[in-house]
Amino acid sequence: MRIVVAVKYVPDIQSERGFADGRVERVPDDGTLNELDENALEAALSLVEALGEEERAASEVVALTVGGPDAAAAVRKAFQLGVDRGVLVSDDAIAGSDYAGTAAVLAAAVRRLEQDGPVDLVLAGMAALDGLGSVVPSFVAAELGRPHLAFADRLEVDAAAGTARATCDVGHVSEELEAPLPAVVSVSDHINQPRFPNFRLIMAARGKPVEQWSLADVGLDPSRVGEAGARTRTVRAEPRPERPEAEVVVDKGDGGTALAEFLIRNELV
Amino acid sequence: MNARTVLVLLDTPATELRSPALEILTLARGLGRVEAVALEAPSLETLAQLGTYGVEHVRQAELALDDPEQRHRPPVVAAALARAVEVAGADVVLLTSSFVTKEVAAHLAHATGAGLVVDAVGVTATDDGHVVGAKTAFAGTWETECEVTTDVAVLTVRANAVVPAPAGTTVETQVAGFPVEPDAAATAVRTRSRAVHPTTGGRPDLAEAATVVAGGRGTDGDFGPVLDLADALGAAVGASRDAVFEGWFDEFVGQTGVSVAPRLYIGAGISGAPHHRGGMQSSQVVVAVNNDPECPLFEISDFAVVGDLADVLPQAAAAIRAHRQDGA
Ligand SMILES: Cc1cc2nc3c(=O)[nH]c(=O)nc-3n(C[C@H](O)[C@H](O)[C@H](O)COP(=O)(O)OP(=O)(O)OC[C@H]3O[C@@H](n4cnc5c(N)ncnc54)[C@H](O)[C@@H]3O)c2cc1C
Ligand SMILES: Nc1ncnc2c1ncn2[C@@H]1O[C@H](COP(=O)(O)O)[C@@H](O)[C@H]1O
Repeated sequence: MRIVVAVKYVPDIQSERGFADGRVERVPDDGTLNELDENALEAALSLVEALGEEERAASEVVALTVGGPDAAAAVRKAFQLGVDRGVLVSDDAIAGSDYAGTAAVLAAAVRRLEQDGPVDLVLAGMAALDGLGSVVPSFVAAELGRPHLAFADRLEVDAAAGTARATCDVGHVSEELEAPLPAVVSVSDHINQPRFPNFRLIMAARGKPVEQWSLADVGLDPSRVGEAGARTRTVRAEPRPERPEAEVVVDKGDGGTALAEFLIRNELV
Repeated sequence: MNARTVLVLLDTPATELRSPALEILTLARGLGRVEAVALEAPSLETLAQLGTYGVEHVRQAELALDDPEQRHRPPVVAAALARAVEVAGADVVLLTSSFVTKEVAAHLAHATGAGLVVDAVGVTATDDGHVVGAKTAFAGTWETECEVTTDVAVLTVRANAVVPAPAGTTVETQVAGFPVEPDAAATAVRTRSRAVHPTTGGRPDLAEAATVVAGGRGTDGDFGPVLDLADALGAAVGASRDAVFEGWFDEFVGQTGVSVAPRLYIGAGISGAPHHRGGMQSSQVVVAVNNDPECPLFEISDFAVVGDLADVLPQAAAAIRAHRQDGA
């Protein structure tokens, strides 16, 4: 089984995040592997670990990221969790890509990986914690012309039957869905508990190279991506005015009444 | 100037339209001539609502499907919308914002080459005619505007972006069918089972509600005080992710759960982790109840009570009920 996991390098959620010139400001060393992509990595690794010895030996998990040079850190983190191979697609022409542009690059990189053999599954996280779009996996699926199982809480793959089955629970609907392979699956944060890197894997990760590909390497026309190909652009970005400091009441037996009075006073009841 | 045609996808045409659909109909009217798109026959109630919102035309997709369950699949819905864009010559498509509609919107944008903005909190147009979606970013700490530069614009709009407002005059609403034949790729995923569970206890829907009361780990498993206050306020109930993972409640607020932007959000026994704040920081008024005076949720609150939620919430609920009774 060959699985490609799309992982994104995002500003740390605990860091001071902001925009510069209409783009997310990338502060060096303040970035991290998108936490929700750890669920996708865990899903990929555990699918392969559940295989028989022979199939397992013939399997490969590839971490794939699209981003600036810093984004190699996301791939290195994926190495520490145990992926076999890691690719960073980086090119000046990619900067300023919107969802569609990012997805076009991811899809082209998957096709390039298929030159070494078929890719059965593309796994992704449910959202990147910077933009929170939750749309890139759908675009990737559409771009590749493959079925998409979105927000999987449970995933089973039957390689012999060539199917992937997922349970998805979004809004007020629970569904059990089945897709023929090859497929794209985005996983929710309910699907598993991501593993922690262990010493052996951290050591092994040091020796693994992050393969760097340009747009030309994935055979994509620069006009489709980056600012040139973007169908949207950020025209304004401003920090929201800070809220005035809270009115604080320490409960001495009448905190609830004070709360009710605040709501009544502000016509919120 | 208003030569634009705006399509609005109706989420629940078979029953009655809920507030988020009425909100996007309101926004759509500011952009141009509005038409509605439905994947099932609209009820009489829906038609009456559309009439008061000034919508003369509903385009109802007639789907050629082997398995009728496929009508819920996002690529199928997207195929219907893409066809509707063609037949109506539409420039803008507005959808409500949920995980499912975002998936629809992505497939639609891919099929039509449209620019996509998700989770808009406002929609306007520039002088030269481009559509602009207002968004918040980084847990509601930034406000941005995103301009769509393509001919067709697709936007998903968050609940409570505007107050729904009927049009000045009521019109007669006509329904016209249009055939849609989703391709093999759109129907490749098979639905083995599908179950819909409505919000429990007859409370408002969390994603749409104007008031939300949420409980966290500080409830220690007893959501009674949270439900009590919510019911006194007529509010929806939510939780932190930890509380849901403990099995204490079924829906959580946050970046990976339900994003809410109500008029009033009350968080009780919730510390206010960045992941949680990301899904509620755009609320207009934030109230926090926590026995730890240092809890981070206080930093973004308008009103904070330092105390035990088991004491504070029931007392507040009783005072609100008493106030209501006095008023009646
Ligand atoms: C990838 C990822 C995504 C996540 N997404 C989300 C998300 O979408 N939504 C979300 O909520 N979380 C999310 N989380 C989890 C988040 O990081 C926090 O762990 C979680 O929100 C904490 O829940 P809590 O506030 O209920 O618990 P805690 O942080 O334990 O806070 C409990 C609070 O209750 C107070 N308290 C205790 N007893 C009382 C009492 N008797 N009366 C009043 N107050 C009391 C305490 O002082 C404390 O402040 C995510 C985590 C990860 C890793
Ligand atoms: N630049 C990127 N590189 C690799 N994967 C990405 C990138 N952007 C998005 N993804 C994948 O798509 C998922 C959803 O991202 P988004 O739609 O941006 O919220 C992420 O969890 C990743 O798995």
